Amino acid sequence: MAKNKNKTAYVEKKLPLKKLIYRDRYLLYMMIPVVIFFAVFCYFPMTGLVMAFNRYRIGSGLAGVYNSPFVGLQWFRQFFQSVYFYRLVRNTFLLQFWSLIVGFPIPILFAVAVTQIRRKPVQKTVQVATYLPYFISTVVVCGMINNFLSPSGGIINQLLNRLGVQSINFMNLPEWFRRIYVISGSWQSFGFNSIIFVAAIMGISPDLYEAMRVDGANRRQIIWHLVLPSIKPTIILLLIMTLGSMMSVGFEKVYLLYNTAVYETADVIQTYVYRQGIGTSPPNYSFATAVGLFNSVINFAIVFVANRISRHVSDTAIW
Amino acid sequence: MKKLYKGTIGDFLFDLQIWIFLAIAVLVCVYPFLYVLSVAISSGDAVNRGEVILLPVDLNFDAMKTVLAYKQLWRAYGNTLFYTIVGTVCNVVFTCLAAYPLSRKRFFLRKQLNFLLAFTMYFSGGLIPIYIVVTNLGLYNSRWAMILPALISAYNVMICRSAFESISEELFEEAAIEGANDFFIMTRIAVPLIKPTLAVLTLYYAVARYNDFFSAMLYITDQSKEPLQAFLRRILLQASTEIMQTTSLSMGALSQSTIQVRYVCIVVAVIPIMLVVPLVQKYLVQGTMLGAVKG
Repeated sequence: MAKNKNKTAYVEKKLPLKKLIYRDRYLLYMMIPVVIFFAVFCYFPMTGLVMAFNRYRIGSGLAGVYNSPFVGLQWFRQFFQSVYFYRLVRNTFLLQFWSLIVGFPIPILFAVAVTQIRRKPVQKTVQVATYLPYFISTVVVCGMINNFLSPSGGIINQLLNRLGVQSINFMNLPEWFRRIYVISGSWQSFGFNSIIFVAAIMGISPDLYEAMRVDGANRRQIIWHLVLPSIKPTIILLLIMTLGSMMSVGFEKVYLLYNTAVYETADVIQTYVYRQGIGTSPPNYSFATAVGLFNSVINFAIVFVANRISRHVSDTAIW
Repeated sequence: MKKLYKGTIGDFLFDLQIWIFLAIAVLVCVYPFLYVLSVAISSGDAVNRGEVILLPVDLNFDAMKTVLAYKQLWRAYGNTLFYTIVGTVCNVVFTCLAAYPLSRKRFFLRKQLNFLLAFTMYFSGGLIPIYIVVTNLGLYNSRWAMILPALISAYNVMICRSAFESISEELFEEAAIEGANDFFIMTRIAVPLIKPTLAVLTLYYAVARYNDFFSAMLYITDQSKEPLQAFLRRILLQASTEIMQTTSLSMGALSQSTIQVRYVCIVVAVIPIMLVVPLVQKYLVQGTMLGAVKG
């Protein structure tokens, strides 16, 4: 941002607005469809948030969004006092928290390991193999999880049976949901998330390696005293960015994996919003909007703070 | 005599640990897909007896034939192809249209529009208001509902914008002196110069389109318009036996091969991704770096 301030030489001549519009008319033409898109699909829905404060009647269309009877904070009060409030907030937080604890260190370990391979083709092959799961759709991943863990013919239970263990109905046991969600999530993303650490490690000057080798350091010492300290800024930056998403669980995966038997640990704010607003009949749009708004505000606050911190850290980390 | 390993014993043991760790990592990523493929092309009896653990047993393509003969699969595939191609082309075109003006330092609305763009990354109307807007625009059960609401990603615009910004300013000035307008400069000069970035964005957009199931769940109930992911959801997660009903199998054979049919569907769905991702590996690395610079 600071850089841009030095380059504002273009504004030196203060042209009248008409002339500016004429001069930049092609840029403005380009922006027309873009502005329409953001207006219709981003900013216009934001005005729909007034629904959170009124009683929207089904069938009153778009106009009903704005001219339904005002009810103040009724929906928020209803949500905060409901038995689900604590459960939803807890589940949303814990799914992200455990994903962070389990999922964050693995890409770093993997990046350190994979950069130890000196033969490039081998390194590339190993990397491609681990990227693949990241690009598989949520539907397919959840389908695989569901069928692998199935008590009738799922591979995991088949193997358990061979070891003499009784079949476990994983998908219907609340205590298994978080583990399944977190482990499969880490499985899907560790290879892809390692890319940035691999790039950081590749950026370390070969001279530094050489200097350590001359000093008689072994491989383990090089990793501890050169590689890890060098990628520390990257690690901190990514950690802060991950913290920014602490209350925004990927809706799709939870929705595809959960069922009523595991709501106790699986139901998150987003899935609750969906069920209240779209998945039930008659839908409770106003209440669902209020719950969604609560989640958005929390997310906004967290991301804002995380960004502030990361800007601070990354500025100092460069030096 | 040539030594098998150069270095000390300590280094050797260390390398050994690394190799074991990497072998496990690769195995964990590849095995599930290999297993799915093996089940898909084994005989139903072997699958039922639980004999298929790693490699196919009694190679048999009956389940494969059953699935491939099912018309709805191909219709869903065709729909996904349409959504992916049209959607991605629209994505990239409109991302460029947004990014180029926002990258021009003289553009008098640059600051304001950049702010409006960035704001959408932090805050949105949320699921229900967007749903009401889209359905009230008459997009319910329309193919456009799969394309329009995800037309531009603000994050990708920012990546594209910094690519445009990295082009030398003199190039633009010269072109402007020659009398070229901004539209000409963008399409003939700027876009060709940021091809690597556009390749990455195309990949990200295309994968997102191919994998999109949420838009279909919200807006498409008409099966003739459903994308592959919605079809897969019915088969894989809602245990629909529709494919089995098209064949004249006995009940016994039916239960036997349900799981096989599902795994065949996974194979069919995953193949395009498996073919594309290794080809674009080098772009992937660039892509994450683009995001990192911005982050």
